Amino acid sequence: MSSKQENIRLHGDKIKYIYGIADNSLILGQRLGELTGHGPTLETDIALTNISLDLFGQVRSYFQYAAQISDGEVTEDDLAFLRTEREYLNVLLVEQPNTDFAFSIGRQFLFDHFHILLMTELQKSKDDTLVAIAKKSIKEVNYHKRFSSDWVKRLGDGTEESKEKMQTAINDLWRFTDELFHTTEADEAMIKAGIGVDVKQLKDTYYKNVSEILEEATLDVPELKYFQKGGKKGIHSEHMGFILSEMQYMQRAYPGAKW
Amino acid sequence: MSTDKKTKNWPLWEIFVRSKNGLEHRHFGSLHAADADMALENARDVYTRRSEGVSIWVVESINITASNPEHNGEMFEPAADKVYRHPTFYELPDEVKHM
Repeated sequence: MSSKQENIRLHGDKIKYIYGIADNSLILGQRLGELTGHGPTLETDIALTNISLDLFGQVRSYFQYAAQISDGEVTEDDLAFLRTEREYLNVLLVEQPNTDFAFSIGRQFLFDHFHILLMTELQKSKDDTLVAIAKKSIKEVNYHKRFSSDWVKRLGDGTEESKEKMQTAINDLWRFTDELFHTTEADEAMIKAGIGVDVKQLKDTYYKNVSEILEEATLDVPELKYFQKGGKKGIHSEHMGFILSEMQYMQRAYPGAKW
Repeated sequence: MSTDKKTKNWPLWEIFVRSKNGLEHRHFGSLHAADADMALENARDVYTRRSEGVSIWVVESINITASNPEHNGEMFEPAADKVYRHPTFYELPDEVKHM
């Protein structure tokens, strides 16, 4: 293990807390980036990749901050590209594949409604930098939520086929939603310090908001007792390795490459 | 969702963007969308992602009546030799802009 990587590992709860937020945007952004040039139409292609770029912009702010409060000479790129799978703390939801357009929209929809609540609360943090990032992000996230919610309604209340596909996506992705409201030890420490958001408190509002849109979309709200979890602790689904190998390829093959 | 039966494409919309307050909306291009709301969102993503605008109008292309290029002779050519219709014989005060 190089000393550089050692330094990435030697950080406090705040850095882990930042990973917990930023890695969601990073992996979701990477997933959306896979759709570049694949549509399904020119207009939705550019809309989804715009969202991807918004998310990457937010990730940069978080990682610049994390790099700054790390001890060693760590850069934002090191944090994005040089960690191992178990060191990424994103939820399982965001790593789910672009099975079809309904899945891409469903994943976005289920994440955006969480993201907006998180950004709203993060503005009350005692950490000025996190407050600033949240304030900057919230307009973008509001648009993401509007875009994905509109599409859920269109597909749900569209044709028989679009409704079936949207319902399938929501049913399949629902089991990943509970994890959004889990907290790690680092999260709890940050909540105690007045820096982190207690996501457990957001759960009821989230399911209420999401259910309202689903009902408007004439879709059924799934009823599940068992949910999937693990991402927040670094235990990911089988998809994660493939995402990382593609995402990290350039930095691994050409360390420090810039353009 | 209304679609053009023949091509299975969404209808075409013309997009007008005002680049800043005080200026007029200008035609930026066209795109496909199922309805006006989607046309607005698509226009936002396609045409204003580099902060080109502060306001967007969308009009379904089918609602635009265009002049027929075959009639250009009778429509436009007669104006070509009537130079006296240009307001170039007046002195404009410096304060008047965009003329």
